[in-house]
Amino acid sequence: MSHRSRELAVSGLTRVEGEGALRVIVRDGRVERAELRIYEPPRFFEAFLRGRAYTEPPDITSRICGICPVAYQTSACNAIEQVCGAQLDPPLADLRRLLYCGEWISSHALHIYLLHAPDFLGYPDATAFAGDHRAVVERGLELKKTGNAVLELIGGRAIHPVNVRLGGFYSVPARSDLAPLAERLRVALDLALDTVRWAAGFDFPDLELTCDLLALHEPGRYPIERGDVRSASGLFFTPAEFPAHVTEEQVPHSTALHATLNGRRYLAGPLARYSLNSGSLSPVAREAAAEAGLSAQCRNPFRSILVRGVEIVYAVEEALRIIDGYQRPDRPAVEVTPRAGTGHGVSEAPRGLLYHRYELDADGLIRSATIIPPTSQSQAAIEDDLRRLVEANLDRDDASLTALCEQAIRNHDPCISCSAHFLTLTVQRR
Amino acid sequence: MTKPTVAVWKFASCDGCQLTLLDCEDELLDFSAAVSIAYFLEASSAVRPGPYDISLVEGSITTPQDAERIRDIRAQSRKLVTIGACATAGGIQALRNFGDVAEFASVVYASPQYIDTLATSTPISAHVPVDFELRGCPIDRRQLLEVITALLAGRKPAIPDTSVCTECKRRGLTCVMVAHGTPCLGPVTHAGCGALCPAHSRGCYGCFGPMTGANVPALAVQLRACGMSEGALGRVFATFNAAAPGFAEGTRGEPQE
Repeated sequence: MSHRSRELAVSGLTRVEGEGALRVIVRDGRVERAELRIYEPPRFFEAFLRGRAYTEPPDITSRICGICPVAYQTSACNAIEQVCGAQLDPPLADLRRLLYCGEWISSHALHIYLLHAPDFLGYPDATAFAGDHRAVVERGLELKKTGNAVLELIGGRAIHPVNVRLGGFYSVPARSDLAPLAERLRVALDLALDTVRWAAGFDFPDLELTCDLLALHEPGRYPIERGDVRSASGLFFTPAEFPAHVTEEQVPHSTALHATLNGRRYLAGPLARYSLNSGSLSPVAREAAAEAGLSAQCRNPFRSILVRGVEIVYAVEEALRIIDGYQRPDRPAVEVTPRAGTGHGVSEAPRGLLYHRYELDADGLIRSATIIPPTSQSQAAIEDDLRRLVEANLDRDDASLTALCEQAIRNHDPCISCSAHFLTLTVQRR
Repeated sequence: MTKPTVAVWKFASCDGCQLTLLDCEDELLDFSAAVSIAYFLEASSAVRPGPYDISLVEGSITTPQDAERIRDIRAQSRKLVTIGACATAGGIQALRNFGDVAEFASVVYASPQYIDTLATSTPISAHVPVDFELRGCPIDRRQLLEVITALLAGRKPAIPDTSVCTECKRRGLTCVMVAHGTPCLGPVTHAGCGALCPAHSRGCYGCFGPMTGANVPALAVQLRACGMSEGALGRVFATFNAAAPGFAEGTRGEPQE
């Protein structure tokens, strides 16, 4: 079949967080250009963080993303606590992980049921799907609500939690406050397992990631709120070494900042996290993964919906484990005294590794800040998916190929709101 | 009778306020059955042309293109409601109004000349008439449902414009400022959150913006008495509602015209 020149374009991507567009140009059977364009205006967080107090980034940077505010709060706390030499009491560190579990459950349930599954089921949205299968969508909403209940109890509210501060929290719950939450989480565990079984029945197009993978790693447990950095290619480094390996640059003829790992494109996110850490999952989560046909690594982006399901199973179990061992901490926060220096903080946002760096002066005022969100790290890998998918499916008509491209972008759950606050992206390749 | 149509729009923002609609887990399916959601990119690939009965608008205006787009949306909307601090007050990105946006761009971008942005971040009401402004960073889920319900019923939304203090008293909370000397913006901040921060032993940090008739200079005296430094006093109002009249005077410097 001859395709001298074709252009696929979607001006407003749907079922993604934030506003973006896609454009693929095919000439003589080759993809000449594959662009995920982000047209959200930048908000200049890194600029106006300068001169703010060291205590402010958790509240300020949470406003970068309404979908993953806890990730921003946690990476900010990790970075600034590192400068100040503060270490959380173990029960406070547990509470921080519990709060983050809530965000994983809520964000993953949102993506699986409301944003991603409609692609596999042939519906424009979850509410249309609910017209035919209400109970399935209600299961997703109940899971999401349980994640939000964790966020509300520990964080005060689900979007931009108010109870997080450097060194811990403003107030901590009594053990008895957590009992009703544990009840709901036990129900959610079954819903999560049903979610993985349900998604395992979807039809997954063929696609294999060829790029490197980057995620956190912690000995003995699945990485969520902290860890060192590891790549599939064998790199292993501390958060402080992140800038030595990951660099951002503005591409000529575009307004893009592109992150590369030692000069090469790479993917962050659930596929990277799972492929580098599946051995640290709980037995129940591992079994759910195996039943769904996942091996120890997963490099098919369409199957990321299964990985998110498995991660919900893990996050629910982990939340239950933390609640089970919970004793109210003696104090809600450890003291964090400012000192001059530079700190680096990382955590695993639902969409992947989120890096923060702050330079403080002796008075605790911020001299400079750098934030690298997961979507800008994975940008080049997502575009590479588009390129290879289009080349492998050139016999499809434009409408079906465009729909496949949109689905391929949703595979990675890109958070355009996050990335666009640092960059406006147009990628051009020869 | 045809179902009323609802559209959800996004400008410069974090997505959190439109996510609040999806966070109405118990009401979402009934809501989408009762109205026709004609435009909501975050939730649906099905997009229908206007006019729309209700437009919910998230985010602030920061580019020339967006200043055009909001006029088109207004022309297509019977009722236009802004949701959240960005749409209602310019959001945290309005901190650029007190600085130099070109310098800001040069901090983030190696080649800032490619960045097309306005010198200010402005609320929707600076560009088009707005029928109702819902406060909060983020908005409150119950208040959002109340506003939508009221508009569909053709009545005025029951959203009190008093201070956070009134909600704090109603919850029976101990005043964190009087009892513990914790600086709190509750006396000047618009109600709506249900006094969340004081309930967590924290002073209010003003994310719902100024209440009607906020007396910021009077509160500043009390904040100083709590030990707040002049530097901290300059920053405490300079957050998510920095450019809102009432808080802007407390923000460092004067906004640029």
